[in-house]
Amino acid sequence: MEILGALTFLNTYTLAELEVGEHFLWKIGNFTVHGQVFLNSWIVIGLLVIASLAATRNLQKIPSGIQNFMEFVLEFIRDLVRNQIGEKEYRDWVPFIGTLFLFIFVSNWSGALVPWKLIELPSGELAAPTNDINTTVALALLTSLAYFYAGLKKKGLSYFKHYIEPTPVLLPIAILEDFTKPLSLSFRLFGNILADELVVAVLVLLVPLFIPLPVMALGLFTSAIQALVFATLAGAYIHEALEDHHD
Amino acid sequence: MDIQAASVIAAALAIGLAAIGPGIGQGNASGQAVAGIARQPEAEGKIRGTLLLTLAFMESLTIYGLVVALVLLFANPFV
Repeated sequence: MEILGALTFLNTYTLAELEVGEHFLWKIGNFTVHGQVFLNSWIVIGLLVIASLAATRNLQKIPSGIQNFMEFVLEFIRDLVRNQIGEKEYRDWVPFIGTLFLFIFVSNWSGALVPWKLIELPSGELAAPTNDINTTVALALLTSLAYFYAGLKKKGLSYFKHYIEPTPVLLPIAILEDFTKPLSLSFRLFGNILADELVVAVLVLLVPLFIPLPVMALGLFTSAIQALVFATLAGAYIHEALEDHHD
Repeated sequence: MDIQAASVIAAALAIGLAAIGPGIGQGNASGQAVAGIARQPEAEGKIRGTLLLTLAFMESLTIYGLVVALVLLFANPFV
């Protein structure tokens, strides 16, 4: 904590502060929640809803402006999901994976592009919602639920047969896999986003002007790739659950 | 050695050791990708896309080490 104190002390003149483990806590009943994550998630959700409404409010045969852009985004997501899940069953999963992708992408970029420090909070600061482990764990667990649902809906209880196929010897590993999937998904996203912000913050600390710019650009690139990786992996897991083993 | 010094050394080792494997792996993958592009320049787009995704997967292994290092530095349960 002392190392961190020195960092934040030196960092008071910049637009983003480096604060790990500082939160704007809200108490709701017996729960303590991280308020800054909620506020920022709502901003991201609001942004996405407004963009979608603006794109679909006045639909044209020949798209232009924001409608054109959103159609491009939709096509991108559809191709991504189709590549993972396959032609036959991909349609049901476009909304889920698309939502994951857009939320993660917009949150990552919002953390990197918006100077949140201009908005004062009593403690902690606004940053990308995905740099809080709770957000990424929630998203990863949703993915787990989704692939279980996919498998159970398609195959019924015989979905659980894949645990003992091809041989029951691998049963422990198959069960372990259900735990490592959300673990690795959430840690990957959380670590990457936090690492980006830390690297930028440390460079800003050393040289406040111009030098951190390439690293910021790299951060934008990695955050986009991480959103893509999360969506791709969610698609791959769902495909694995849907796949027929006995043919 | 008190627990703080041990934690700092452990953090350094966590990120340093975690960087070795993915470093070798990423080098291998990139080398193969370059060889692939040299053989078949028309497949460059596809190879690049797959390579970036693969590199992100490998990088995430180092990131796990980084998460452990950060936990040790900023949210150490033993201090």
